Amino acid sequence: MAVHEPQDPSSPEARQRATRHDRSPWNWLLLLPLVVTLFPPIYNSIDPTLLDWPFFYWYQMAAIVFSVLVTLAVYTKTRD
Amino acid sequence: MFAHVNGVELTVFVILFVAVSALGFVAARWRRADDLEHLDEWGLGGRNFGPWITWFLLGGDLYTAYTFVAVPALVFGAGAIGFFAVPYTIVVYPIVFLVLIRLWSVSHVHGFVTPADFVRARHGSPTLALLIAITGIVATMPYIALQLVGIEAVLKAMGVTGNVPIIVAFAILAAYTYNSGLRAPALIAFVKDTLIYLVIIVAVIVIPYKLGGWDVIFGAAEKKFAASPNPGDGVILAGPAQLQYATLAFGSALALFLYPHSVTAVLASRDRNVIKRNMAALPAYSFILGLLALLGFMAIKAGITPITSAAGKADGNTIVPLLFDKMFPSWFAGVAFAAIGIGALVPAAIMSIAAANLWTRNIYKEYIHKDATPKQEARSSKLASLVVKFGALLAILGLDPQFSIDLQLIGGIIILQTLPAVGLGLYTRWFHRWGLIAGWVAGMVVGFWTTFQIQQTLVNPDKTVTVVKAHFGGSAFPLSKLGLDTTWSIYAGFLALLANLLVCVVATFVARAMKAPEGEDQTEPDEYFADRGDPRVQELPVTVH
Repeated sequence: MAVHEPQDPSSPEARQRATRHDRSPWNWLLLLPLVVTLFPPIYNSIDPTLLDWPFFYWYQMAAIVFSVLVTLAVYTKTRD
Repeated sequence: MFAHVNGVELTVFVILFVAVSALGFVAARWRRADDLEHLDEWGLGGRNFGPWITWFLLGGDLYTAYTFVAVPALVFGAGAIGFFAVPYTIVVYPIVFLVLIRLWSVSHVHGFVTPADFVRARHGSPTLALLIAITGIVATMPYIALQLVGIEAVLKAMGVTGNVPIIVAFAILAAYTYNSGLRAPALIAFVKDTLIYLVIIVAVIVIPYKLGGWDVIFGAAEKKFAASPNPGDGVILAGPAQLQYATLAFGSALALFLYPHSVTAVLASRDRNVIKRNMAALPAYSFILGLLALLGFMAIKAGITPITSAAGKADGNTIVPLLFDKMFPSWFAGVAFAAIGIGALVPAAIMSIAAANLWTRNIYKEYIHKDATPKQEARSSKLASLVVKFGALLAILGLDPQFSIDLQLIGGIIILQTLPAVGLGLYTRWFHRWGLIAGWVAGMVVGFWTTFQIQQTLVNPDKTVTVVKAHFGGSAFPLSKLGLDTTWSIYAGFLALLANLLVCVVATFVARAMKAPEGEDQTEPDEYFADRGDPRVQELPVTVH
């Protein structure tokens, strides 16, 4: 059985644990993918078409790429 | 059984299927542990999967064979509404990014295997944990059964009929899942996803080329829906369908990460960054799913008519296999069918493991065998995984498959009712355990009541309406049934969740006013951020009980 020594509060591990949290202003960016996709009136139209695709379809495919970029940005900024 | 079989298609299908099954058995030796007789090993693959394995595993887990046949079928039948799968799989990742990472951390500190394990420790309520476990099992079972519907659609398109092929396929699946645990679907997912990517990319290049381009495809769809008397279909959403579209996408996303099989795959990853990276990488599958949905329009242009069952009902799920059969040379159609067939095996395996873990941890160990050793836990889970799959098989063969489809529809709605206890529980202990139980009950009642009320209707050419199915006809609940003067409808699960949350809040106030005993919270705030390398996380093998 692994027994843990009581840790010195000034040790690096203890300090790291005390300051560890998952709050970051960057997390707010994660709302953006929800905003751009959950309001269908924004994109519920045929025009403008792109390469013959109605707006409804290419907009949402583009939203995938957009949300990847947002998530990637938040990941880079909040890496543990 | 093999009356009008395409020999080339079937041969390619069988070769790939057998190869993958062999892989499933070999998986037991892959990243080998000292002892598979432990739930962390059998049920969570050693909790040590890196970013690549997790990407394939989660992708293979969340984008199921049923999705691959049902989404294009919906687009084929109703148009734009079927595209909800895209916003659904866009919004799920930012949510998971924040929420399930906390679940990963606290689970690694305490050795939780299931979401119900977490609920028990967090809210100090074995009753609530039992409700969460039962909800998870009930929601997962029909989902497993539907994977069989995916295989069945492919077999039908190849001309193979009868029950024997499906029984054989599932027996093989059951055997290697029993043998190798989560390592089997993880290894097979590599093959499955590679095949799926290959098939879809080829399909969206070759088929539009053969059909005369995208404008012709969208044009054919517009023409079909313009001629159809149904006001709800179209290449874009009919006005009142927009609320349903948004709530269906959002509700399904919230439900997806509460499903036990998503939690199982997330808990199997090595550290927090593996999950975070995957939340940015997994939408690659959403892109494929979006392209796949458009196969529904291609099937319209190609003049595909779904195979009709003996009972005279058109099986919309056969349109994608039939499209492949018509557009591809036989050998490649065989590859495409194998992709869908193997695509059913990965999620079916993970789902049965997740359901088995719930059974073992939250029912068997809690109520039947309190001091089960890790070895007994692993054995119980392995046996339960067999029972779960056998039950799914019986449900598909013995009952009308429509029953499983109805159950899966309800499954999404009931799993959503675990959101306050699991999802919100990761953030706050404000809710009283009695409040959470009361909210769960309210959500269930509203969920069943609303779906029971939903009729499936068919609009005839003379604008009269025929009721095809009186109850459980879909998930779009017309708000007019609540006395509102509107033609809009809303996702039934969303309504149930609102009722659930409302009751949670009210009942929490009541419970506090009555000074009802609070459960003990066994978790500490900083455990929700713990990562691999944290001294507490290293305690893991000891704290697993």
